[in-house]
Amino acid sequence: MSETGRHEDVPEETLPGERETAHEGAVITAENPFADPGLPPHEHRAQDIDERAAKRSERTVALLFVVSMIATVAFIASYVAIPIDKIVYIWPIGHISALNFALGLTLGAALFCIGAGAVHWARTLMSDEEVADERHPIEATPEVKAKVMADFADGAKESQIGRRKLVRNTMFGALALVPLSGVVLLRDLGPLPGTKLRTTNWKKGVRLVNASTNLPLRPEDIAVGSLTFAKPEGLEEDDEEFAEKIAKDALMLVRIQPQNIKDKHELSWSHEGIVAYSKICTHVGCPISLYEQQTHHVLCPCHQSTFDLSDGGRVIFGPAGHALPQLHITEKDGFLEAASGFGEPVGPSFWERG
Amino acid sequence: MSNETSATTTRRGPAPRGERIADWADGRLGIYSLAKSNMRKIFPDHWSFMLGEVALYSFIIIILTGVYLTLFFHPSMAEVTYHGSYVPMQGIRMTQAFESTLNISFDVRGGLLIRQIHHWAALVFLAAMMVHMMRVFFTGAFRKPREVNWLFGFLLFVLGMFTGFTGYSLPDDLLSGTGVRFIEGVILAMPLVGSYLQFFIFGGEFPGHDIIPRFFTVHVLLLPGIMLGLLVAHLILVFYHKHTQFPGAGKTNNNVVGMPLLPVYMAKAGGFFFLVFGVIAAIAAIASINPVWAIGPYRPDQVSTGAQPDWYMGFAEGLVRVMPGWEWNFWGHTLNFGVLIPILVFPLVLVAIAVYPFVESWVRGDKREHHILDRPRNVPTRTGFGVAWLIAYFVMLIGGGNDLWATHFHLSINSITWFVRIAFFVGPVLGFIATKRICLGLQRRDKDKVLHGRESGIIKRLPHGEFIEVHEPLDQEQLHLLTQHEQPEPLELGPEVDENGVERKLSRAQKLRAKLSKSYYGEDSVIAKPTVEEYKEITSGHGHH
Repeated sequence: MSETGRHEDVPEETLPGERETAHEGAVITAENPFADPGLPPHEHRAQDIDERAAKRSERTVALLFVVSMIATVAFIASYVAIPIDKIVYIWPIGHISALNFALGLTLGAALFCIGAGAVHWARTLMSDEEVADERHPIEATPEVKAKVMADFADGAKESQIGRRKLVRNTMFGALALVPLSGVVLLRDLGPLPGTKLRTTNWKKGVRLVNASTNLPLRPEDIAVGSLTFAKPEGLEEDDEEFAEKIAKDALMLVRIQPQNIKDKHELSWSHEGIVAYSKICTHVGCPISLYEQQTHHVLCPCHQSTFDLSDGGRVIFGPAGHALPQLHITEKDGFLEAASGFGEPVGPSFWERG
Repeated sequence: MSNETSATTTRRGPAPRGERIADWADGRLGIYSLAKSNMRKIFPDHWSFMLGEVALYSFIIIILTGVYLTLFFHPSMAEVTYHGSYVPMQGIRMTQAFESTLNISFDVRGGLLIRQIHHWAALVFLAAMMVHMMRVFFTGAFRKPREVNWLFGFLLFVLGMFTGFTGYSLPDDLLSGTGVRFIEGVILAMPLVGSYLQFFIFGGEFPGHDIIPRFFTVHVLLLPGIMLGLLVAHLILVFYHKHTQFPGAGKTNNNVVGMPLLPVYMAKAGGFFFLVFGVIAAIAAIASINPVWAIGPYRPDQVSTGAQPDWYMGFAEGLVRVMPGWEWNFWGHTLNFGVLIPILVFPLVLVAIAVYPFVESWVRGDKREHHILDRPRNVPTRTGFGVAWLIAYFVMLIGGGNDLWATHFHLSINSITWFVRIAFFVGPVLGFIATKRICLGLQRRDKDKVLHGRESGIIKRLPHGEFIEVHEPLDQEQLHLLTQHEQPEPLELGPEVDENGVERKLSRAQKLRAKLSKSYYGEDSVIAKPTVEEYKEITSGHGHH
């Protein structure tokens, strides 16, 4: 193994495999030590020479198949025996559905053992002698190609498509037009947008209702340092089109010391330091839900667009392209209400937004 | 085989039943001719060849479990109040889609298991396709005649992403609904047609009552149908081209060395299907995935923090998250580049890897068939490009989870975002350079091993006291393996003036091609492999170690 003497012998000892065909332009000569030596001789496995080893493999494979059968029986037994609402504690997973756990593991074992048995069978008992098969070029021979070309020319000539240009051109015209029917049929997939993307249900005099308690909001309900969510009065969960409406109308309110409101316009649309902004992010429309009370920043949890509610709702970080729309609010009879609708479309921007 | 057939023809009495059935089928379907070329087809063996198998089998598992789920799932957005057996959700308003998902999870015995197998298999499917694609890429298995099959595989990967997306949107839970809202925003961002497309796709304002049923049709019929067709074509081409093989003793470009389909690969590949299925079933038993009951039904004004798409969409998510919010307003119109650019870069990154085989064959001017795989080190530029692509992909994956990185590692989300913005451009360049250097280093090591042998770890003391490490010469198999690869010459542009002294016009494409060719095969990318002369000179010298 460690004999250095072998150094000298190498080129002479390792004679090239002459039966190998030359490939990729490599010239194989008797002196080429890098030549392809050809397929190495097959090495026998224990199972090939020792029948007892082969028997052991056979028993292992059979055992795996038997375990699979048992697992399938166990699967059916679990299906019948374990109630669907039974929860068990399994360390370290935690509290999980007993039925799901049992069915999954027995099914997994039944399948896995079939696979393991088959693979073990293939690896230990089936022949593992490597054989070589020839490859043939994918490209057709020139004769085949010439025949195909001639056939095609004959076919084309017989069809007279080249001669009868009127037939050809009208056919192309008809084939080009007919898919239009399919396109036209798609028209009724939905209505035209109209002004729907620009309008919400907020307008002058609509009261602000707490989204979680469903009660009209008073100014004193809005505490410093917390985010309050509101919806327009009259919008109820069981309304037809509730989802479409709340997707545009959702509002968030915070109370900021009036002297801390940097934007003059914002201040004029606020009421006693209470400012109302659209909850729908101007990036792609996620509802904004995270509020940092020290800085009056809100963060959209989807793509982390950050807006400054004390400065006109402008974007201070993230992918949103424009400020959050503010709702002009006022107080009437002790309750908060909208002094007007939104001055601009809420939600993500679109081509016609302007 | 031929002995057996002659035996059966001379045998008296009726043929065995199996043979009679086969004869019947052959008379109508021609199965014997089909079996003649395929039954004992040779497949080479290598662990990396099973990555594609994992993808194939997880696809089959997805179809099987998906059919089961359609028996119980109601793709409807009609509003109902939940009265099922899951107590925390009782009395809550939700769509039928969400309600039926709860029923599958809590009232159908084994329904939860099948749901979880379906979702886990989808994650494994996409991951297996991606790793399989990388195997094909780094070994150059995409070269002629397999470019078209590479494109089929690429399409399967892309369609798989969208099938996955439409699939996890179906339960209409708070998380998936948020993903659908994101799609709404993306559609709205399209110039000119955005708002119309949004109203057509959603059947009106978001969310409407149509998107879940429409996604359902796309998810269970349209996309899987196309994918099934592509998959069959992919497999037919694998059979037709015969599998590639790694270089080694006895393996040439004109042969395929391995074991026959019947019985070895029938057993191994067939068995492997059960192994994959078994493992995924076990995962579905112990690891919960997409617990929609904990998330709740979708409402457009609610959201959960840490919202994440499935991993294969994370790359697109990252692009959207780290893009600065650029928006243009002009003449009453808005161009939302903050969304538009990411959704244009997303397909471009994917297309970059899809068209790569055609770029490489153009640069190399190589029209031959290749069935022997490359060792990645021997093609440093390709390997570098692949690593650069992966870095861009994974940097964006980090970007897609920037909130999770921030909360789990207590980092600033702004700095993560800035890191991703910079690393998306710088990372691939650094990765390319580093990979190329590593490849060249490995080429040098190969050359060293061929010329000087393997370090045996044995220290020998010479009579005059010097210590040397004994180097063992490689056997011919290894010598062949390390020297069998080709080292093409870079493309030459030729003289700038022709024989008459007239300046030759070179198109920009030609110049670019020569430049690229130089970066592929020039001296900076190749360590000249040892020649027979070098080898003989060194090995015949005495006392050299």
